[in-house]
Amino acid sequence: MWDYSEKVTEHFYNPRNAGAVDQANAVGDVGSISCGDALRLTLKVDPETDVILDAGFQTFGCGSAIASSSALTEMIKGMTVDEALKISNQDIADYLDGLPPEKMHCSVMGREALQAAVANYRGEEWVDDHEEGALICKCFAIDDVMIRDTIRANNLSTVEDVTNYTKAGGGCSSCHEGIENILKEEMEARGEVFMPGAIGKKAKAKPAAAATAEAKPAGSMTAVQRILKIQQVLEGLRPALQADGGDVELMDIEGKNIYVKLVGACNGCQMAAMTLGGVQQKLIEELGEFVKVIPHTERQLVELGV
Amino acid sequence: MSELKDIYLDNNATTRVDPAVVEAMLPFFTEQFGNPSSMHSFGNKVGLALKKARQQVQNLLGAEHDSEIVFTSCGSESDSTAILSALKAQPERKEIITTVVEHPAVLNLCDYLETEGYTVHRLKVDKQGRLNMDEYKALLSDNVAVVSVMWANNETGTIFPVLEMAELADEAGILFHTDAVQAVGKIPMNLQDTSIHMLSLSGHKLHAPKGVGVLYLRRGVRFRPLLRGGHQERGRRAGTENVTSIIGLGLACEQAMQHMEYENTVVAQLRDRLQEGILAKVPHAFATGDLTNRLPNTLNIAFEYIEGEAILLLLNKAGIAASSGSACTSGSLEPSHVMKAMGIPYTAAHGTIRLSLSRYTTAEEIERVIEAVPPIIEKLRTLSPYWGENGPIENPEEAFAPVYA
Ligand SMILES: Cc1ncc(COP(=O)(O)O)c(C=O)c1O
Ligand code: FES
Repeated sequence: MWDYSEKVTEHFYNPRNAGAVDQANAVGDVGSISCGDALRLTLKVDPETDVILDAGFQTFGCGSAIASSSALTEMIKGMTVDEALKISNQDIADYLDGLPPEKMHCSVMGREALQAAVANYRGEEWVDDHEEGALICKCFAIDDVMIRDTIRANNLSTVEDVTNYTKAGGGCSSCHEGIENILKEEMEARGEVFMPGAIGKKAKAKPAAAATAEAKPAGSMTAVQRILKIQQVLEGLRPALQADGGDVELMDIEGKNIYVKLVGACNGCQMAAMTLGGVQQKLIEELGEFVKVIPHTERQLVELGV
Repeated sequence: MSELKDIYLDNNATTRVDPAVVEAMLPFFTEQFGNPSSMHSFGNKVGLALKKARQQVQNLLGAEHDSEIVFTSCGSESDSTAILSALKAQPERKEIITTVVEHPAVLNLCDYLETEGYTVHRLKVDKQGRLNMDEYKALLSDNVAVVSVMWANNETGTIFPVLEMAELADEAGILFHTDAVQAVGKIPMNLQDTSIHMLSLSGHKLHAPKGVGVLYLRRGVRFRPLLRGGHQERGRRAGTENVTSIIGLGLACEQAMQHMEYENTVVAQLRDRLQEGILAKVPHAFATGDLTNRLPNTLNIAFEYIEGEAILLLLNKAGIAASSGSACTSGSLEPSHVMKAMGIPYTAAHGTIRLSLSRYTTAEEIERVIEAVPPIIEKLRTLSPYWGENGPIENPEEAFAPVYA
């Protein structure tokens, strides 16, 4: 059985703002019944001030999906639309005193529904291209899609690499067989053979912010503005990273994929803000869109002649 | 005499479940019977109890993480899981290193694997039951999938240098498993400071119930489950947990921790007293194994020219429970493989008796055994064709050479 916080249990038993809001002028739908969870968020926004006057949710999903929805509606009431968009899925989880890693996707869904509702309010189209794969690593809530993308982007060939890049496998290590199976497939696809060592290095990784999902770039910035913004965010993170013996550098941007060189202590350090997930979180917050931060190896840089 | 209670000196075969352990288990048969995976409070409380038990085992083993503890159904399952996992995970490696004196849980599996095309190297032992480290080192290679060496021998109590052996294996990139079924609870251990990758223990050897065991699986060690199915034990051992026994095992581990010093002082002294007392009165008898490096509770004595089962029967009549070699070896007429491996002559190997103590053994019981044993041995020797008026006959093989042999 899940180890839910009291806050989660309380919001589940006594959900706030359940049901659709009267005279809503913003509706955001995410998920589907086939995925096992779906959320409709309805907002009443003051067109003059952009302040969210009322929020309601209808959720088809597990206990933590209902609690996350309830928490989200409580959080955003009274905020402006722009303020609300700054809420991260981690904020939702924090508001609830934490969610089990396996349930973090529930908070992601809340965030997405909010984006969809805001897009609807602004007359924009919001496309949900957030793929979610099978959950591989329960300790860090990393799914199949994230692991494959990272393996491909970096030509990874060991479980340790996957752990260093995504954290998957850095906990109890019982998902290593699953990671190995993905590595085997991905390496075969690129004509290599997976050659594991018998004894993994002692895992030192500590839990960090779970990697969030992805979505397509929002339309409000030009490509150049967006690149500048990304660079600016990363620059802002560097002093803290450097103080810890690490660094981050922007290498490439490909749609929602942002390739960075993450070096030094930050690979394994404990502070969430200095991990891959942390950098990604920060970028998502600043850009107001889902992006995926993918580490870029030295090796590839050499190949590219950078 | 009949009001005297029987004396149990067969704790290496199995142990009495501590009354407090029984007490701790009982509610989980009746009130708290839920499935720990269930989404209701019946299940949730059980889940929390399992978590506590896992931590109690973790503490006794000195494991770094509680997720390194995988509950199984017995020591034998843990042994099989460890060895088969190592082979499955590394199909290109076809060799196994073990010893000639392992428990059948390992030996018979290795014999079977040999028929499946694996090469099994069985390290030999000397007359004291000790391994030759040079022989071991020479076998370490990239072809070896796993080394499986028991921490302590169940028949003689001889302790093997598993810490050093694990380190050598680890350096060579080879998985190291130890069957510590006899060692856990009797030898202090802190696995996080060792290079041991996998370890087996069994509940019923440390005052927990039968039918529950643990596989310690160091974090990061490649693993392939033996039982696949539900997500129990993080997918590493499917099957609804043996909740009651696991809870009992948890408490038993906590108690073993508390009694570790007692076991290594008081129990060891009782064992030493037993050895001296018997050997002082019975000629042509000797203790087997590595006497300077032995489990604190175990005494194995070879009585020459007589047969073990006859000794057991007379001991049993006198209210003393002991065993002749491993419980599994009894029932066959072969002397124990451990005695054979140590080169104990047939004239003595057949007459080996294992006396294994526990924290419940009293000094009074030990004195009673010291009194009871010599007349039994004497009686059997007067019946033996290899024994004369005052001792063994000269050249027993020639003097008694049955024509049908
Ligand atoms: C050294 C050793 N290994 C394994 C076992 C088997 O344990 P279980 O009876 O729990 O399968 C025993 C018990 O006899 C043992 O002494
Ligand atoms: S499930 Fe991946 S490390 Fe525990």
